Amino acid sequence: MKDLSIYIHIPFCIQKCYYCDFTSFSNMNDKIPKYMNSLKAELNLYKEKLTDSTIRTIFIGGGTPSVIDGKYIYDLLGHIYNNLKIAKDLEVTIEVNPGTLDREKVKIYKEAGINRVSMGVQSFNNELLKSIGRIHKADHVYESYRLLREEKFENINMDLMSGLPGQTLEDVLSSVKEAVDLGVEHISHYSLILEEGTHLYNQYKKGKLNLPEEDEERLMYHRATDYLIKKGYNHYEISNYALPGFECGHNLVYWDLMPYLGLGLGSHSYMDNKRFYNTSNMLDYIEKVEKKFLPIEGEEEINLSSAIEEFCLLGIRKINGIDKGQFKMRFNVEIENIYGDIINKHIKNGLIIDNGKAIKLTRKGLDLSNLVEVDFLK
Amino acid sequence: MERIKQENIRNFSIIAHIDHGKSTLADRLIEKTGMLTSREMQNQVLDNMDLERERGITIKLKAVRLVYKAKDGEEYLLNLIDTPGHVDFTYEVSRSLAACEGALLVVDSTQGIEAQTLANVYLALDQDLEIVPIINKIDLPSARPDEVKKEIEDIIGIDCENAPLISAKDGLNIEDVLEAIVKDVPAPKGDPNAPLKALIFDSYYDSYKGVVCYIRVFEGTLKPGMEIQMMSTGKTYEVVEVGINTSKHVQVDKLEAGDVGYVTASIKNVKDARVGDTITDKNNPTAEPLPGYKKVVPMVYCGIYPAEGEDFNSVREALEKLQVNDASLVFEPESSAALGFGFRCGFLGLLHMEIVQERLEREFDLNIVTTAPSVIYKITKTTGEVFEIQNPSNLPPASEIASMQEPIVTANIMTPTDHVGAIMELCQNKRGKFLNMEYLEEKRVVLHYELPLNEVIYDFFDALKSKTRGYASLDYELKGYEESDLVKLDILINGELVDAFSLIVHRDKAYERGRTIAERLREVIPRHQFAIPIQAAIGSKIIARETIRALRKDVLAKCYGGDISRKKKLLEKQKEGKKRMRQIGSVEVPQEAFLTVLKYDEDK
Repeated sequence: MKDLSIYIHIPFCIQKCYYCDFTSFSNMNDKIPKYMNSLKAELNLYKEKLTDSTIRTIFIGGGTPSVIDGKYIYDLLGHIYNNLKIAKDLEVTIEVNPGTLDREKVKIYKEAGINRVSMGVQSFNNELLKSIGRIHKADHVYESYRLLREEKFENINMDLMSGLPGQTLEDVLSSVKEAVDLGVEHISHYSLILEEGTHLYNQYKKGKLNLPEEDEERLMYHRATDYLIKKGYNHYEISNYALPGFECGHNLVYWDLMPYLGLGLGSHSYMDNKRFYNTSNMLDYIEKVEKKFLPIEGEEEINLSSAIEEFCLLGIRKINGIDKGQFKMRFNVEIENIYGDIINKHIKNGLIIDNGKAIKLTRKGLDLSNLVEVDFLK
Repeated sequence: MERIKQENIRNFSIIAHIDHGKSTLADRLIEKTGMLTSREMQNQVLDNMDLERERGITIKLKAVRLVYKAKDGEEYLLNLIDTPGHVDFTYEVSRSLAACEGALLVVDSTQGIEAQTLANVYLALDQDLEIVPIINKIDLPSARPDEVKKEIEDIIGIDCENAPLISAKDGLNIEDVLEAIVKDVPAPKGDPNAPLKALIFDSYYDSYKGVVCYIRVFEGTLKPGMEIQMMSTGKTYEVVEVGINTSKHVQVDKLEAGDVGYVTASIKNVKDARVGDTITDKNNPTAEPLPGYKKVVPMVYCGIYPAEGEDFNSVREALEKLQVNDASLVFEPESSAALGFGFRCGFLGLLHMEIVQERLEREFDLNIVTTAPSVIYKITKTTGEVFEIQNPSNLPPASEIASMQEPIVTANIMTPTDHVGAIMELCQNKRGKFLNMEYLEEKRVVLHYELPLNEVIYDFFDALKSKTRGYASLDYELKGYEESDLVKLDILINGELVDAFSLIVHRDKAYERGRTIAERLREVIPRHQFAIPIQAAIGSKIIARETIRALRKDVLAKCYGGDISRKKKLLEKQKEGKKRMRQIGSVEVPQEAFLTVLKYDEDK
């Protein structure tokens, strides 16, 4: 039996956020029924292959999975449970946006077996929310959060962002405090990254964006981290914090280089030593699946040396770092034999430490992790 | 092919400024004489290297033989000898001209004469060539043929009354040009029975035939099987093949006095068939070689190094291959603390240097790093010892130097009067000594200056172009050496001296140059984990300082979901960037940095 995770992409949104460059649409609602059927059909194409796999985690991401009718989600998850082997402690996460939930939807999620909800909060400052194209206000967060708790969701994440235009250190810390005070089990605290083609990127190019200085942004990160640790959260990945036992199993699959299958538009998979990804064209996707073709657009063979690279550059993102024992077990060679020079170089640079058990980022390394990750590429 | 008698041979060159239509006219002459069909012709037949075509200039010389039936009913043999069109190649130009009896002076009727053209006209007059003026581009609305004719008459003192007015582009009045060649260019003289005397005006390496020499026979006869001798080196060879150039090489049984053609003799390297050398008959040598031969010496030097990941031997092999065809390129291995093993290369001038660099990159697909160009300085040590250096790193400590001399050139800058002020300011700024100014006509002057060559090779061309919007033209030649207050300017990155950036500059310029270089390096060197001071120094004295701030953030703190490939791509891009870096101490310096410091700054 092999463990497997499943990612499901729901590319529908009410409005695209100004920083977002994921596959998502705000004008394709008429395609929702077809698309949701295609997801089931796509899964069917893999069914035979997955007879010896046990599903450990499912993550429904977007886009905004909560904009579509809850029955689709219920239906889709039911289809998975009926066709694949499911682990007893299955983790099922859905991403929701505040303001798109109602009691009925939340009840259906519960009935569908969803046991983890990830809320796209970003900030509790209404002006900031507006300036990055979010459609919700802070009040929607409280409302949705209350609904979720009332319906007995016991594992809730909030996504927060720092480094936003016009954002101050106080803004960041008060949002983090707000989330902590609400009692969320998990916080993902991301930095704004300006991706080409996004609204914010274009504004930035025009010189219209008042971004926090680099030092200020780092201060936001470290002060938030310090606060969360003080409040009992376990900082377990560069951007992720969880109360003990509430680490996100699905994300750990990515960082531990374990296999996952992505279903839906533009989603990525890592299975059988291959990375592959689906088309991002809606009509193309629906048509291919209808004809029982895999909607795959590209793939890359992950040979042993790529796997070693990826294991390290993903693993180093975890606060506990790359476990040397696991490395040895997996690749049958000591990590020092492969990356000895690089490890020494970055220990000297003060970016990583080697505590005998694991190689992990220092506090400075958390700011400059790319410098380390780049060197893992051969 | 039946021989055309000597009195019906015309050997000529075309003198023209870049863009004044030399190549186009050559094409038309070839077309009109019917040696080539239009289909056979590539555009601009004479320029056969891509690079030249792109730059619109001709580097390697070539000759082409045309047969023309003139209006007098006679058949004439016209040998068109091409000349390179740049200041770096003055000597080659002079040797090509020496192979001719006449030269067409092609002047753009919208522009008038340019400095470089004038310099070549003087070269032609030195060789006693008949100058045949041709007024080109008369199809353009802005053409002013009468003014331009008058300008030629005033400046050069030749009669332009009957100068053909043509449009090479449209093929207008090309016959007039051919008739003028027949009428005005004298026929060659020379006795086919005298001892052989032939001038090499160009040579190139052919992988099947060895070196192919383009020659003009002045006296005697050259035939396959003959034993010939190069008069400058004394080396002897047996002639394999003689021939003429039509659209391709055509073998003939002999070349006689007055003829232009080629000879091959299993010569292995162009160095043994030097431009300007005289070929004679080993068994019946001529008493005196033709005048004017000189060994070409490089004026400008720079270091060429394999870029990170590039192989030293590949660079050496490429340079060797280029040298086979380029007798004026010299190189020898050297090493730099910053750049590792590479070569110190000598060139005729800046253009020659750029051409070699580009050919290494394009034709040989090499990644190279070049250091700032330098000239040859003469150093007198306190011990009285005198020697030359062409690499600033070899300069002894100031305490051991009694005096230094630098090369000075005389420069002629031709410009519309509007730009005189800007040019004078520039020359002043470049330590120029004003000699005089001549009015060519009401609105055009030529400025004569003495300039230190080390200023000319820095950014003088770019500055001149920029300040005069391209209207000024420059020509220079070495005048000699003069004592000068020179210092070595060093650049320190993170406290470490980077030899590849060292320059020899005039003391008065050191501060400004040091500051400019430090500022530019601050811009091109990426931020590191630590702050990096960049200092410019003379000896132990720091004269300028910039700091590259420490990098505080380089992390992808974002959720890319399962899209690991994307994250990897970002990292791979970063990695690629790093590959193009040179590790200097603990600092990674991009290869552009070595070039950036040389670029002309528009704002200054």
